[in-house]
Amino acid sequence: MNMLKLSWKYLIAKPLNTGLNILLLALGLAIITVLILIQDQFEQKMTRDAEGIDLVVGAKGSPLQLILSSVYHIDFPTGNIDMNEAMALSRNRLVKNIIPLGMGDNYQGYRIVGTNYDYLELYNPQMKEGVVWEKPFEVVLGYEVAIKLGLNVGDDFVGSHGIGSSSHEHDEHPYLVTGILDPMGNVLDKLILTSIESVWYTHDDDHDHEKFEKSVAKTGFPETDEDREVTSLLIQYRNPMAAVQLPRQINSRTSLQAASPSFEISRLFELLGVGIKLIQGLAIVIIIIAGLGIFIALFNSLKERKYDLAVMRTLGASSGQLFLHILLEGVILTVLGAIVGILMGHLFIAVLVKQSDQGLVSTLSATVFLVEELWILAYAVAVGIIASLIPAWNAYQTDIAKQLTKS
Amino acid sequence: MLIAKNIEFSYQPDQKFNIPTLELKSGEQLLIIGKSGSGKTTILNMLGGLLKPLKGEIIINGTSLYQLSDAALDKFRGRNIGIIFQKPHILSPLTVEENLKLANFFSGTDGVKNETLLKDLDILDKRKARVYTLSEGEAQRVSIARALANSPTIILADEPTASLDDVNAANVVKILKKQAEKYNAVLIIVTHDQRVKDHISNQITIGGEV
Repeated sequence: MNMLKLSWKYLIAKPLNTGLNILLLALGLAIITVLILIQDQFEQKMTRDAEGIDLVVGAKGSPLQLILSSVYHIDFPTGNIDMNEAMALSRNRLVKNIIPLGMGDNYQGYRIVGTNYDYLELYNPQMKEGVVWEKPFEVVLGYEVAIKLGLNVGDDFVGSHGIGSSSHEHDEHPYLVTGILDPMGNVLDKLILTSIESVWYTHDDDHDHEKFEKSVAKTGFPETDEDREVTSLLIQYRNPMAAVQLPRQINSRTSLQAASPSFEISRLFELLGVGIKLIQGLAIVIIIIAGLGIFIALFNSLKERKYDLAVMRTLGASSGQLFLHILLEGVILTVLGAIVGILMGHLFIAVLVKQSDQGLVSTLSATVFLVEELWILAYAVAVGIIASLIPAWNAYQTDIAKQLTKS
Repeated sequence: MLIAKNIEFSYQPDQKFNIPTLELKSGEQLLIIGKSGSGKTTILNMLGGLLKPLKGEIIINGTSLYQLSDAALDKFRGRNIGIIFQKPHILSPLTVEENLKLANFFSGTDGVKNETLLKDLDILDKRKARVYTLSEGEAQRVSIARALANSPTIILADEPTASLDDVNAANVVKILKKQAEKYNAVLIIVTHDQRVKDHISNQITIGGEV
């Protein structure tokens, strides 16, 4: 027998009461856990995906939409831009590197992105199997695409027009899988990568099979004498001065739009912040109610237990031990509540991820544990101590003789 | 060894309790008889270190009880004094055995005697039982076992037979006497129960004849 066991025995003597208190506290802490996990992972993912991209240039429209579609591949593109204008931009002395993107097709909901080798270099992926595309209609699959669709090197498939669900299929020319990437834990996992040329040729009406056999551009823009379009451009600055000058130049002097990923994402988090604050407030209210619940439960049980406490004193317990006895009950309750809450939070995310195959949510991981979760535990223990302080003090002051004669 | 001298106590200034000086050696037994309100329980509480007298001194095994600090008094009580109440007051979340172990824990003793005690008191087969499954007689025996779990040198019993029938009452007094003799402890029983009178010859009466 020890103090911990004694408190535990008293708790399980009232399983319903104890269970309810644990559940209530766990609920509040689960919400906080989910918020912390989502916020952390989104932020991490957002910064990781945008690494190395200083500026995104595309058609005029919403700058946030441009960033979401070109960097994170979750929104629709703002439209296409003329390639001549894009190439003019690449000669700007403030631009160090420019990566064109061509979008518009998907296969089973996974986006087909036309680009060049520079885009791969941005994230530096390793090939799990096969090689990078050489010719038009050769594609490299992100890890998740290959797994979910069951495609292997050498397989072919027909893309559909549109970004999300398909409208009509480009059945004239199938894509050939030449490589599959290692799992990256970033946006590449969900993409089907190919050359800009592939994207152009699928949308062409004529079928010049000779050009299908030429190898594609590995860097910069493909050479062509036709009027061609690209969807957007990812730009790296040559120097810090570019951050000041280039966006203004593009936005005011051309028909293009420039948007900075870091700026737009911090704006997005600011917008979401209001909602997060609201949910956080709700969680804190639930935790306070849980704390009150524990306080009331302990306080009420103390009335029935004064006699038990007096008996413990006759058995040699000091008043300090009785104080500890009640305090421990509160702490055990809240520690259990915290553990259950944290597990509930992770379970909730696991279910959430399971239910959404694609999109931002599916990139979350339920198995990541953060240091902040230890803080949840610490907060919970603080709630337990505060809630049981007054009942424990009452126990401390129990007048044994009076209590025993009262019966 | 128990000495109580010059004890004075009152709940109200005009209603003083008359408390005789007591001196008991190891193994001696004493019956304190008095009607309700005569202050029997108050005496017992003072002897047990639960209630500080206004004046006077209580010395057990050479230690003056009320000169100890609060925490030291609690420990001293746990080790040296076993108290039995009118009602058993078994801690209901714990089993019979755990009630004894709790007494061991609070006083820091090892509890090797627990099983023998339960056997002597004929409740060994109930050691895993909860209090609400016990009969009244069994429950009172558990409370005796718990009071004896730390091998006290002083056993104080406050109306231990009041809520028991004749057979159980006689049984409880016999057990108390036997255990006190076995461990050479001082036994003081406070009661107004006439059935106890015949068992212990050393008697004092307080607050007038019953």
